[in-house]
Amino acid sequence: MNTTALIYLLTAAAVFGIGVHGLLQARQVLRQLLAINLMGGAIFLLLITLGGGAVGPPDPVPQAMVLTGIVIAVSATAFALALLLRLQDATGTSELDPNDGA
Amino acid sequence: MVHEALIGLVFLPLLGACLAVLPGRFGTRLAIVVGLASLPFLLLPVTLSVLREGAWFYTLGGWSAPLGIRLYVDPLALLMLWMVALIGGLAAAHAWHDFRPGTAAGERFWPLWLLLTAAMNGLFLSADLFNLYVCLELVTLAAIPLIAMAGSATAVRAAMRYLLLALLASLAYLLGVALLYNSSGTLDLYLLPDALATAPAPVTAFALALIGTGLLLKGAVFPLHVWLPQAHASAPGPVSAVLSALVVKTAIYLLYRVGLWSLPAGLLADGAMLLFAVLGAGALIYGGVLALLQDRLKLVIAYSTVAQLGYLLLALPLASLAAWQALTYQMLSHGLAKAAMFLAAANILHAIGSDRLSDLERLDQRTPLSLFALAVAGVSIMGLPPSGGFLAKWLLLEAAWRGGQWGLLSVLILGSLLAAAYVFRVLAAALRREDPSEAEDAEGISAIGRRQATYAMLLALLALVTGFAAAPILELMATGIPPTWGAA
Repeated sequence: MNTTALIYLLTAAAVFGIGVHGLLQARQVLRQLLAINLMGGAIFLLLITLGGGAVGPPDPVPQAMVLTGIVIAVSATAFALALLLRLQDATGTSELDPNDGA
Repeated sequence: MVHEALIGLVFLPLLGACLAVLPGRFGTRLAIVVGLASLPFLLLPVTLSVLREGAWFYTLGGWSAPLGIRLYVDPLALLMLWMVALIGGLAAAHAWHDFRPGTAAGERFWPLWLLLTAAMNGLFLSADLFNLYVCLELVTLAAIPLIAMAGSATAVRAAMRYLLLALLASLAYLLGVALLYNSSGTLDLYLLPDALATAPAPVTAFALALIGTGLLLKGAVFPLHVWLPQAHASAPGPVSAVLSALVVKTAIYLLYRVGLWSLPAGLLADGAMLLFAVLGAGALIYGGVLALLQDRLKLVIAYSTVAQLGYLLLALPLASLAAWQALTYQMLSHGLAKAAMFLAAANILHAIGSDRLSDLERLDQRTPLSLFALAVAGVSIMGLPPSGGFLAKWLLLEAAWRGGQWGLLSVLILGSLLAAAYVFRVLAAALRREDPSEAEDAEGISAIGRRQATYAMLLALLALVTGFAAAPILELMATGIPPTWGAA
């Protein structure tokens, strides 16, 4: 594995870690969403790096996967934001109380 | 011909989802005919071909496996597809009256419902790990707005919590798939066994753990079930039915596919199978006890789902033909019975305006048919003869007996006792007479209410009939036994 790939991999790990930290720390749904998006971004970076190919041309399959993954992430985030607005209308808060329901 | 039918199973509901967006009544009605009513007719030739020739692959667009995406149809996939067509169809008939085409509610409801159907069909047919990821996301993104459609603060909160956990689960699954692809070089479920045989074991184990965790979270397997009860209980009736009967099973189905089809024999250690059994046993007991403690009918039914999903994992270490038949039969009979219960509960909620157990007195006079459906479905959930649930649990007991698994045997019996307790508790509440003097005032039920009760009754009867007409289904399932269990 060459140095460039290593830098990308470490970056992906760091971004993923920040995402996990954010998800565990955040109380507001919007922050949790951002954290999940960060984790998704880290996975996409990992996929692209692993498909980079130390020798020969890069593998196209991970690129296609990331492209589809981004589309899904964008639509899921858009839906989550719409649902968050609905949550705010219905409950007057943008936090999920961990003690209710369940 | 049969290839077109197979593609139609995914394509027609998708087309329907597009048609349902058109304004006015006509587009939605056309969409329902094209996307839902067509499914049994498409499934018929596919079923016949599997009965004649066994399982087969279809390469989409002629692109063969390593590059293209394959579809695969086998007995397990057929079972799930028929469940989508029948349970989904009857739930849709029930939903027709609450979400009439042409009304504002109908315009929001049907595109999502059809999209959900298309995504589930695609999931059951796909043979590609990444394509499965896309279908899994589509199922989630179509199911959650259907929950939020109930509009109450509880429903929206439950939907939001479900969405966050589902997104997290998808990420775990995706990361697992990425690692698996990197070490094996293929995404095809059925090419993986050979490709993984030479892959580095630690990476494979880590990837499988990620995929497994993601799927267990989406499948609401104890102790990752926290999102399920509120989400399933606060959704509109037909949506609850489909969520409990079909949507959570998509993740369990995928767990079977990855665990039993796409791994080289012996790779999944006994420890992993034991873990599944322990989780299943935990679900069975925890879900059963909590179902017993709820004071709202829909929550009782939702916790019952948590418990019944336990059966689907419990038998995995047995790895025998009887265990396989029991698992698949449990899929089917639980789906039918649980859908019947949720539809009946929706009718009761509709008729008396509450589903608190303390408000359910004299239901045998107020909503007789729905209560009867609830009771008949309850018989299957408890596992009393003659019902599909009885047969599934009997096969499980037999498999556990033959395997000499006494711990498993006692958990199974305890689970059935708990189920009997919570079903009878509901029935006792519904047959209570609070004040003998008002016993005569049978309330009028609308024609729509009667029709909606019939759909619940039909599902409950199907759950009962599967107890009698089991032989052909069980024989078909026997031919679809996972390759890693085949030698047993």
